[in-house]
Amino acid sequence: MNTNKEKNLTIQNVVKTFGKVEVLKTVNQVVKAGEFFTLLGPSGCGKTTLLRIIAGLEIPTTGSIILGTDDITSLPATKRHVNMVFQSYALFPHLTIYENIAFGLRSRKINADEIKRRVAEGLEMLRLESLQDRMPDQLSGGQKQRVSLARALVNEPDILLLDEPMSALDAKLRSQVQEDLRRLQRKLGTTFIMVTHDQDEALVCSDRIAVMNGGVIVQCGTPEEVYDYPCNKFVAEFLGAANMLKAKRVEGGVETELGFFCLEKMPEWSEGLVTIRPEWIKIRESRPERNGVLATVDDVVYRGTNFDLFLSPGNLRVRTSANKNFRVGDTIWLELTAGDLVALGD
Amino acid sequence: MEKKRILWRGELTTQRSLSIRGLFCLSSGISWLMFFLMLPGLLFVAVSFATRGDHGELVWQFSLESYERLMGFSLFGWTPDYLLILWRSVEVAFITTLIAVLLSYPLSFFIASRPAKSRYMWLTLVIVPFWTNMVIRTYAWFYLLSPDLPLAKLACALGFIPEGTPLYPNVFAVYLGMVTVFLPFVVLPLYSSVERLDWSLVEAAQDLYSSRMRVFMQAILPQTAPGLAVGIILTFVPAMATFVVPDLLGGAKYMLVGNLIQQQFGASRDWPFGAAVSLGLMILTMISLQIYSRKGKEIEIV
Amino acid sequence: MRKTHPVVKGLALLTVWFLYLPLLGVAVCSFNTAKDGWVWKGFTFDWYVKLFDNDWILNAAWNTLVLGLVSTVIATVIGTVLAVGINRFPWGRKTNSFLNTMLNIPVVIPDIVMAGSLVVVFGILREVSSIFDMGMVDMIIGHVTFQIAFVALVVRSRLTLIGQDVEEAARDLFASNWYLMRKVMLPLMMPGIVAGAMLAFTLSLDDFVISFFLSGPDSQTLPLYIYASVRRGVTPQIHALSTLVVLVTVVLVVGAQFLSKKEEA
Repeated sequence: MNTNKEKNLTIQNVVKTFGKVEVLKTVNQVVKAGEFFTLLGPSGCGKTTLLRIIAGLEIPTTGSIILGTDDITSLPATKRHVNMVFQSYALFPHLTIYENIAFGLRSRKINADEIKRRVAEGLEMLRLESLQDRMPDQLSGGQKQRVSLARALVNEPDILLLDEPMSALDAKLRSQVQEDLRRLQRKLGTTFIMVTHDQDEALVCSDRIAVMNGGVIVQCGTPEEVYDYPCNKFVAEFLGAANMLKAKRVEGGVETELGFFCLEKMPEWSEGLVTIRPEWIKIRESRPERNGVLATVDDVVYRGTNFDLFLSPGNLRVRTSANKNFRVGDTIWLELTAGDLVALGD
Repeated sequence: MEKKRILWRGELTTQRSLSIRGLFCLSSGISWLMFFLMLPGLLFVAVSFATRGDHGELVWQFSLESYERLMGFSLFGWTPDYLLILWRSVEVAFITTLIAVLLSYPLSFFIASRPAKSRYMWLTLVIVPFWTNMVIRTYAWFYLLSPDLPLAKLACALGFIPEGTPLYPNVFAVYLGMVTVFLPFVVLPLYSSVERLDWSLVEAAQDLYSSRMRVFMQAILPQTAPGLAVGIILTFVPAMATFVVPDLLGGAKYMLVGNLIQQQFGASRDWPFGAAVSLGLMILTMISLQIYSRKGKEIEIV
Repeated sequence: MRKTHPVVKGLALLTVWFLYLPLLGVAVCSFNTAKDGWVWKGFTFDWYVKLFDNDWILNAAWNTLVLGLVSTVIATVIGTVLAVGINRFPWGRKTNSFLNTMLNIPVVIPDIVMAGSLVVVFGILREVSSIFDMGMVDMIIGHVTFQIAFVALVVRSRLTLIGQDVEEAARDLFASNWYLMRKVMLPLMMPGIVAGAMLAFTLSLDDFVISFFLSGPDSQTLPLYIYASVRRGVTPQIHALSTLVVLVTVVLVVGAQFLSKKEEA
């Protein structure tokens, strides 16, 4: 099959400006062969531009893209073994599903038997056999997405690029498709690079996530790393709910408006923010030994699998399992354990 | 021009090569339009300042005579004849547009309220006259206005026309012809606005105001304004310039600016004066286009 | 679906009647045996049959066809290439607004002004070459001039509808320039091109003013023939001819509608 599976993708000092707008400001990143890599960020952060640069649809203003050992910076999409699933899917409306999937093989003039074999493989892999003679406008959103995947994958690309692949699907279907996508990637072992603005999608699918903001990669790591140890306020808040506390560094910990807390990892700043996820704050029967806070329940929000409590002081949000009954006005002890409090950088 | 390589829709190229190919694509169309539309236009301006020779030939001698004539100055003093023709054209175009707009609202609302399948049929019913030859649509009125049919008989009974004569040529027939010819020009753009109407606003207005007039003014008119503006321009401009309708249904006495222009290029063979009148018409056109450009919507003809 | 007030419905139906009544009248008369006058005397197909014995009419029909087809072919080719040039290249804002103006001028300019200016231009060109004598060549040029803009507008809106994603997807799937053009762009543009061509032909058939100003002794077209006859007095034969012209228009318009709407749904 594909002999190029061992190629890492290296993004080196990539800068992209459109006119006077600097969309990407010096991006450096290695995407390892065979991993599911996600570019996560809000709209306008440059993630789609970066993806298009990798696809060969844009040339970086400076910097280079290296696949394995080859510099492919100025190779057009036509000459790259990189294929893309477009956000709109961009299926050819005048061709049948079969013809759509065969398109890439036909334009490279691969022999007919090989095309037949590979398209059949692709149809089977994505459960599309029964749809092969339909036209794209007769398919549902989920089916179109699978055709788009098959159309890219039959070319056996070194890297598959996915531009917001779920954005056109309804919410119910999304979580199913996320798992399917992850399974497909594991099975094929092809490098997947996905762009998304949805943190759940990124957390479910990825081996590694690069969080982007303002044209740079702010933090890159496994889903656990970026979720548990966000490097700054932006990452912490973009990946989910987070309590923010203004803090001053003191001997052995930090001093905040809620009192003194010890930390496992001391911050480098003297004044800054510490954060803790709502689900990590523990509710205690009595005053804990360390890092305790006595708080009053201001509001209780039922969220199906859990309750969110909003407490004062500090407007803390605490996520707790559903079996405990709290009422507005209750006073409870909280513990913000040293290991769960994370000091944020800039 | 930059020599730097760029990717344009997945193709590796240079700004220069892209511009050359783009200009190549534009060249035939733009040079055609330049040569047979813009150049004639400029030439036309020049001709309007030239002089007519004794046998209708063009003499390239600068003169303001054509414009003086248009303003009504001649050897025999000042007459408002030509200015009146211009004014009458504006008036006819205005009234035609007004009637067409009044008839278009019910029609577009009616079409928009049809179920999806028959809506298409109703729309086609309006589109077909839009594209049908104006001469045919105009002379078609001859039959309905003929002496033996009710319209003429009614006019006769009311004493407007003598017995046994058709109800044309006259002003009434001109308006009938004009409105039928130009009605689709208003209905089609208006319909595209009505189709997109946000009915919740109309319902809100119905709750707020009791009078239908206010509902229309506050909720419907602002929302349909873009389509209405396109419709008004598509009607007003050609209605001002039309010469087939007044020629066939208005008779020799009812002259509009279109007929005046036609005379200069036909029987009278006075190109400078014809050009001057045309430019007068163009100025009126430009003024009315201003109203449209303020609404700033693309014209969707098809 | 919303219900309409009975008054609105009534007015709407009256308006549609108002649009069609004259044309229906003409159609009815074309089957009337009465030679002149408007009173119904009996049903006949004779007037249609006699159309084919009239050399003037056959000649005018032939001229109309030649004028329509030649101008449509020229305008469709030029207009399509122009639309590609406008839509598929990265022009700056100024170039774009210039191109927009160029396309919109022929649409909004009164036809009589355009006709007058062409009379003057051909009058001058005639000094250079007799090709530009009043007649078919002048008329074709005149028709192409207003048709180009319409074809370009139709094809351009089709290109906008196709969008750039499909083009980039084809590139991403290794398509060369030629392969992209042949397998993706042309098939996708085709409905727009055909619709544009049909509208161009309809416009040519619809035009009276420009032909009237530019025609010569040998280039009588059907609209011109009808106009001239009508001024002398209407005959059932003219009714028959007009009914046929309207029918051809209906076929063309419905066809173009069908093509341009088909793939939008």
